This record gives sequence, C-alpha cells and structure tokens, in this order.
Amino acid sequence: MKPTRAFISLLLLGMVGCGGGGDKGGAAPAASGTVLIGHYGSMTGSEATFGQSTDNGIRLAIKEVNAAGGVKGRMVELKTYDDQGKSQEAGTAVTRLITDDKVVAVLGEVASSLSLAGGRVAQQYGVPMISPSSTNPQVTQIGDKIFRVCFLDPFQGWVEAKFARETLKANTAAILYDQGQAYSKGLAQYFKEAFTQMGGTITTEQAFTGGDQDFSAQLTTIRQTNPDVILVPGYYTEAGNVAIQVRKLGIKAPLLGGDGWDSTQLAAIGKEAIEGSYFSNHYSFQEKRPEVENFVSKYETAHGQKPDGLAALGYDAARLLFDAMGRAPSWDGTALAKAIAETKDFPGVTGKITIDPERNAKKSAVVVKMEGGIPVYVTTIEPPQ
Amino acid sequence: MTKFLQTLMDGVAVGSLYALIALGYTMVYGTLQFINFAHSDVFVLGAWVSYTLAVVLGYAASGSHPPLWAGLLILVAAMATCGAVGFTIERLAYRPLRQAPRLNVLITAIGVSLLLQNVGQLKWFFGTQPQRMPSLIEDRVLGTVAGVSMHAVDVIGAGTAIALMLVLEWLIFRTRLGRAMRAVSHDTAVASLMGINVDAVISFTFVLGSSLAAAAGFLYAMKYPGLNQPAHATWVLLGLKAFVAAVIGGIGNVRGAMLGGFLIALIELFGAAYLSPHLRDIYVFSILIIVLLVRPAGILGTSVAEKV
Repeated sequence: MKPTRAFISLLLLGMVGCGGGGDKGGAAPAASGTVLIGHYGSMTGSEATFGQSTDNGIRLAIKEVNAAGGVKGRMVELKTYDDQGKSQEAGTAVTRLITDDKVVAVLGEVASSLSLAGGRVAQQYGVPMISPSSTNPQVTQIGDKIFRVCFLDPFQGWVEAKFARETLKANTAAILYDQGQAYSKGLAQYFKEAFTQMGGTITTEQAFTGGDQDFSAQLTTIRQTNPDVILVPGYYTEAGNVAIQVRKLGIKAPLLGGDGWDSTQLAAIGKEAIEGSYFSNHYSFQEKRPEVENFVSKYETAHGQKPDGLAALGYDAARLLFDAMGRAPSWDGTALAKAIAETKDFPGVTGKITIDPERNAKKSAVVVKMEGGIPVYVTTIEPPQ
Repeated sequence: MTKFLQTLMDGVAVGSLYALIALGYTMVYGTLQFINFAHSDVFVLGAWVSYTLAVVLGYAASGSHPPLWAGLLILVAAMATCGAVGFTIERLAYRPLRQAPRLNVLITAIGVSLLLQNVGQLKWFFGTQPQRMPSLIEDRVLGTVAGVSMHAVDVIGAGTAIALMLVLEWLIFRTRLGRAMRAVSHDTAVASLMGINVDAVISFTFVLGSSLAAAAGFLYAMKYPGLNQPAHATWVLLGLKAFVAAVIGGIGNVRGAMLGGFLIALIELFGAAYLSPHLRDIYVFSILIIVLLVRPAGILGTSVAEKV
C-alpha cells in the first residue's frame, strides 16, 4: 500500500509543482524584437539555493546585455522553470521550454543527475543546452548540443586529493558518498583514484541514500578506521547533517567536500560542526582578480548578497551564450551549437573558458575553508598540463 | 563490542521515534479501519512547529542553552498544535466521509497529505530551505560505557518517547476513555448503542495520534537538527518506515506498533552496521514481506478482533 502511496504522492506533487512552476505563468510566445532563452533549476526543494543563485546570475547577465543593446539588436528575455530538484521534473521543464516557449537555448542544471535528464530532452529536440555547473563527465557525453562552462569531477577529485595530500598532509582518508547521485558517486571514485595514486590510503568507503538522515552506522565504521580526513562529496544539506553527526561521535578529522557544498545554507545547518572543513569550488568571492571584484560588487547591488560559485557560473554561462549568439549566423540549433563550440578564451568570472572538442571547459579550481560561517579562500589549484 | 553497543543505542533511539509515529497509524486504523496517509505529514509539522517556536522564543543563538522547561514547553506546544491540526483534519476531511466507501477516504487522506506538504513549503510557513533546529538540551556526554558515549540528547529523547508510550498504555488500558476507544475499535455500532459518543472518541483518537506524532517530530528535530524542508524525501521515507512498523506489529494493535518500531529500527541499524549500509531500506522492507507472508496480521495481530 504505502509504496504506491509514495509514488502517487510524488506524481501528484509533480503535477501541483508544474502548475505553479512557471515564472509568469502561461506560455507567452516571444514578442517580436525579443529573444527567449530558458533556464530550468531547483528553485525549491532541498537544493533550492542552487537554482536560485544560478537564476540570479543569469538575470544579472541578461540585465547587462540588454542595457548594452541586446544581442544583435534584440532584447533577451528569460523563462525559468522550477524542477524542484527532481529528475522527472527536469525532463518536463526542458520539454516545456522547447515546445511551448520555443527558446533558442537552454541553461541548466546544477545537479548532474538533473542535467542528464534535461540534457537528453534538449539533445533530442536539437536545442543547445549549457550546463553552468554540472561536473559529472556523462553530462556532455549526451550529444553534440550539450555544453558546460565548469570543470569536471575527475579534475575536482584530483584537486581534493592533491589538497588533502599536500596541504593537509593526510595519509589516510575515508569516504562517505550518496549512492543515489551521479555527482557524489563520481567524485568519490575520482578522489579515490587520485588519492591512492599520490600514495594515500582509503580506509573505508561508506554510502548513504539521499533522504537518509541517520549516518551513525557509516560513521561508526569510519571512526574505527581513524582517517586523517573524511571526503563527503554530497550536497550542502547532507553535508551539514553529516558534519553534525561526525562531531557528535567525537571524530576530529576535517571534512572535505566539493562544489556541491557551495551554499549559505551549509553554515546555517552545519553551524559550529562545519567549521574548519574544506571544499573545492569554481571561484571564491574573495579572489583578487578584477573580473571577480567587478562581478561581486554588481551582484551585491542587484541581489543584496555575496554571489556563490553557482551564481558566478550562471552569469558566465549566460554571457558565453550571448557571445556565441552574437557570432552565430542564425539561431537554429546547429548553427548556435557550432558557435558555442568555437568559444575560445572567453573571459569569465570563474576563469578563462575555452570549449574543448568534448564540449567541456578546462579551468582551475579554488579550495575554501569554512571559518566563522563563510567560505574563506585558501588556495587555487591549476589543472595539470 | 563498542560497535555493537553503539548500534544498539542508536537502534533504541531511532526505534522510539518509529514507535511514536507508528502509534498514530495504528490507532486510527483500529478505530476507523483506514490508513491515515496524512499522519507522517503531521509528524513533519511537529518537527517544524518545534523549530519555529524555538526560533520565535529566541533560542536560535548557538552556544546558549535554554532551561530544561523551555524544551518541555516547546514539546507541549507542538503536541497541542498538532493535536488541533489532527482534530481539524478529522472534522473537515474524514468525518463527512464516514459513510462513504473506504477508497474515498483513502484518496482524501492522500489529498490532505499533499495539502500539508505544499502549504508547509509556502514562504509564510516553513519555506523551502532546510533549517537548523536550535539545540534545546545541552549536548553533554552523560557517561561512557565500553567506549560508547551516552549523549544527553539521546537519553532524554528515548526516555521521553518511552514515557509517552507508558502514558498511552495507561490511557488505553486503565481509563474509561481508553475503554471507550477499545470498544469503538471492537465494534462501532454496538459501542454507540452502549451510549458511547463515537464521534468524540474518534476525534480524541486523532488528537492523541497527532500529538504523539508531534512529540516524535520534536524528538527527531532534537536528534537530527538539520531539518529538511517539509516535502523532502527524508520525511516520506520515515513515514513509510513507521507505517511498516505498524503493519509488522499488527496494524490496529497499540503494543504491536511499539514493538514494530523498535524491531525495524534495530534490524535497519544492525543490518547497516554489520552487513552493508547501502541496503538499509531493503532490510526493513524485506522484513515487511516476510512478516506479511508468515503472519499476515502482524506479530501481535491476532489479539485484534476480526471485524467484517
């Protein structure tokens, strides 16, 4: 009985969500003189800050491009759909963007599992999609219309391993990952490979399923192996919960995470338990580069808070798209995808972006440390040559 | 040994929560013979009302620990709120359907569940962000047994849950009201002929079940202070497991629900600790299948009178 109920609830919830998901409601066709682009993201749900930050970043980029006269003289308009952090919703959102709203390109998602769901739809309709911040390699392997402007998890896992070995001087590491998330599983795998290659030892690998709230069984096992550092490659809600229970069990080792930790809610949930932990990210608002300083001040004026990495990537993805639209002879899927693929040394807030033949971007990463409730810049790690 | 004791302790702590939620499922089933699908959402409401009260009363600042009575006050207030919500749900959603086919009530219950989940996500209720429950009990380590630290939060939590269950046990088996509840559960028509106010008893059952769920929500928020937003999968899974506990114990049977709660928590946590943590949900649902195959009425299910 009950499993059926859960399924029905989800199904009905989905319908309810769809009804209220539209930005302005209804599918108004783009007025002449404007061009519509789509964004799908988790505006609500447990990864809500991901979608909201990305959307803020995209909107800032649109405001700027419109203030400068638009793209080829046409004003850009954004249509955002909420996928509530659910894969089935992501597919529906992209279908609506393409078939109802006739967008020329799609921006999204943050979570790799959701980009995979939405990307398949975009590829099927031949509409280019740029994921601002999905780091799992599979995302751009969907097809020739799917791009990204962030680094990949094999690199991120390598960065974390290098940081753990060289800066934290860790010899042993334990891993606690979410087996239901492509992102978390992938990152755990890449970290393990890099860390063992650099001479470290993985003491134990433990998994949980998204939605689990009690990690005591896994953490008790981890505590027994006494690792120097614990990798928790999940999203911020789980990371906060894990941190609370780690400290409660009396484990002192620092936690290490990835860009999925990047949210103001990490400190709100983890509070004192998350202090002193590290995570790798796409940029830090404390970096002393002119692009960063310029972006941070503009974003703070527009949205009243410090931009996180996802806001910066949303901004970069949108600006890169406008740049490609400016160069493309027409805005049909094939021509636009070709223009995006030809992007070279695009000056983004998160670093110079060159789209490689696999439709990925090769960039540096930063590592930040949680101190006093904010992520403090520690170091930048360049990709290996 | 340390691992065994640690797991046992966690199992009792989690089990007491499952048991508290399972009681609400089982009591409503006992009186009305339908599964109140909105029950787990009342549990979520309990957790979030506790959070809201703690923040409103100004206990959100980390480091400060309010006196013990403040925690008790919030617990009672959350139980009262959810009791009132439970009463309202029964009065507005289920009572008009008392004579309708049971499927109608079932579908209404799903509707109420969705309503609670989605209203809870609104900006002016709890919002869509996860939040940190302020700590109301100073997290001291009371003592260490064979390398396992006994945390004040866990001991007080499990103690409160067990105390509540004892009160319920007394209420149902030692008071007039409890006798009326048992009579209604046994045969509604005859009970009403005997002069029992059936509507009042059913309302009371909902209030009781909902306030126990609220207590479970409060204790849950104490133990796992990172609260997920009201429609999160975490809550669905928890409600599901509590429901399984009620079925395993014998749905309609109050002692069975308590037994089932502890049983599945222990199986889940020992399985996770000694076999594989990846399959923890599978242990729970396999036990459900086995119990349904071997004893379809549940472990203590035979003591419930058959009703056609």
